[in-house]
Amino acid sequence: MTAPVLELREVSKVFQVRQGLFRSRKPLRAVDAVSLSLAKGEVLGLVGESGCGKSTLAQLLLGLERPTSGEVLIDGQPMTGADQRALARRIQPIFQDPYSSLNPRKSISAIVGLPLEVHGIGSPADRARQVAQMLSLVGLPSRVADSYPSQLSGGQRQRVAIARALIMRPEVVVCDEPTSALDVSVQSQILNLLMDLRDELGLTYLLISHDLAVVEHIATRVAVMYLGRIVEMTAAREIFRTPRHPYSEALLQSVLTPDPGLGVPDTHLGAVFPNPIDPPSGCAFHPRCAKALGRCAQQRPPRSEAAGAEVECWLSGEIARAETAA
Amino acid sequence: MSLLDVQGLAVDLPVGGGRLHAVRGIDFSVEKGETLCLVGESGCGKSLTSLAMMGLLPSRARRRAKRLSFDGIDLTTLREREMSKLRGDRISMIFQEPMTSLNPAYTIGNQLAEVFLRHRSASPAEARARAVHLLETVGITAAESRLGQFPHQLSGGLRQRVMIAMALMCEPDLIIADEPTTALDVTIQAQILLLMRRLQQEIGMAMILVTHDLGVVSRVAHKVAVMYAGEVVEYGPVEDIFRRPAHPYTRGLLDCIPVPGRTEPGARLGAIPGIVPSLIGSVNGCAFRDRCPMADTRCGDAAPMHNIGRGHDYRCWHAPEAMLEREAS
Repeated sequence: MTAPVLELREVSKVFQVRQGLFRSRKPLRAVDAVSLSLAKGEVLGLVGESGCGKSTLAQLLLGLERPTSGEVLIDGQPMTGADQRALARRIQPIFQDPYSSLNPRKSISAIVGLPLEVHGIGSPADRARQVAQMLSLVGLPSRVADSYPSQLSGGQRQRVAIARALIMRPEVVVCDEPTSALDVSVQSQILNLLMDLRDELGLTYLLISHDLAVVEHIATRVAVMYLGRIVEMTAAREIFRTPRHPYSEALLQSVLTPDPGLGVPDTHLGAVFPNPIDPPSGCAFHPRCAKALGRCAQQRPPRSEAAGAEVECWLSGEIARAETAA
Repeated sequence: MSLLDVQGLAVDLPVGGGRLHAVRGIDFSVEKGETLCLVGESGCGKSLTSLAMMGLLPSRARRRAKRLSFDGIDLTTLREREMSKLRGDRISMIFQEPMTSLNPAYTIGNQLAEVFLRHRSASPAEARARAVHLLETVGITAAESRLGQFPHQLSGGLRQRVMIAMALMCEPDLIIADEPTTALDVTIQAQILLLMRRLQQEIGMAMILVTHDLGVVSRVAHKVAVMYAGEVVEYGPVEDIFRRPAHPYTRGLLDCIPVPGRTEPGARLGAIPGIVPSLIGSVNGCAFRDRCPMADTRCGDAAPMHNIGRGHDYRCWHAPEAMLEREAS
């Protein structure tokens, strides 16, 4: 395996949250000792319900939040001391909502060219040429250069956001729900574009999405997050064929494929997402888990690795087998 | 007789100097206990269609219809006073964003009871008991204690359940749900849809579900109306729409979505090039022709609706066989 471009080592992010005006602050572990690495050229899909810490994790990777503990490494170098500007050259974000992430008062060419200007790269003529190149690379006609965001459709705006992210020629792109705000026919175009760009520019993606069908389609590896922990991480093909964690299984069941006659699946998950300020003991998923055992409530399951999959569950086959053997 | 019968429904809005023809003469019907899905992309007129039926269009909008009847009542001539008696009682609505459709200044209990007190001659105690019963029905635990809470104290999934409970307070005959699960997590979405289906079977209500999500449509609809640029371009039983889609737009949409286990990972997804045409002023011919792979000279004229059996209609000049052959070649 090639050396990771980006690596998280036991990274935690704890926010101090106040639940009422006169109550004391309590810690909220948004990201809880997460380790993961991104190899060059791969697409790591990060899935989980709202509030599980996906977006905080993205912000840690982008250097927008500093980890409370643990390390973020780029090419093996710790990021904490790294210059914010140097970092921005290598990791760029694409956000969910192309309506609010573009400055409405700037022209498209100014929006796409801004990173170059900030970093003082090239002469104005040079920048203009790069912007024009980038716009055509993301499939925008050159005439939009002088338009404003309000004159573009949702799909076009998302292409602008992609052009802005790529103009610095980053190695890693963090895509936070890149197609959730778009229509189905536009979503497919943006996904096709993201895949083409990956091949052309050798990009590495961290794809955050709640749409598992999208993740299945373009990710090479999938990490499932629950309450700040990565509970399962494995090859994309593998997780869709044989999910090992009961939570991954429930998430996959909830994907409604277009199959008339199949009805709506009952995931037996229960509606109550736990309060992250007061997480359940042991395995955080046990109150919603149909397969929970007595010890799931008491002890946090260790991470087990088998066949390239990492799982945190007491029921994971390997643990059970190892114990019966012992 | 259908519970809801809509023929030639049109909605237009003033914009700039002209008029935006957002809904351009659509027909559909809903039977008792049936679910009809209105599916389409942004701007296709699906939300305005549902507001038009509720009589909740913005005041500058103009609604016209050849026929708009609910259980034999002609809604086109109904006065606002009569309409407001139907709303919340026999027809109710669930909106996409529960945070903006619940009143932040009133407790959950207040808002639930209000619907019941308005339409039934009930005491506050009875209304409260009914509210508790419905919160329990929609799977909210500790329902009694929730009555005193405000909308901001609940999560998105819980708020949407409260909206559903509110819509059910008077056991409506018809519920219109506009993207009821779009803002929710997939796990919560599955639970809410399951709940709505169960409640529908229990009290035999009809449902119109407005959504852009084809997965949701395939799992809950009995009948589907695919909308494009203010028209119904394909209409029929859910099985037919998904197994034998006839309109090029429906087929295009189905090609756009990746399906786990069926679409080859990483393969190029289908795309519908181009954008929706402007609906301002007069709209001529088939509105889809600029984006359609099959378009020819005939498409400059408004396309006729064809019936291809079992209540399956589609609006196109081309025969469905021609499309199948095209696909095979």
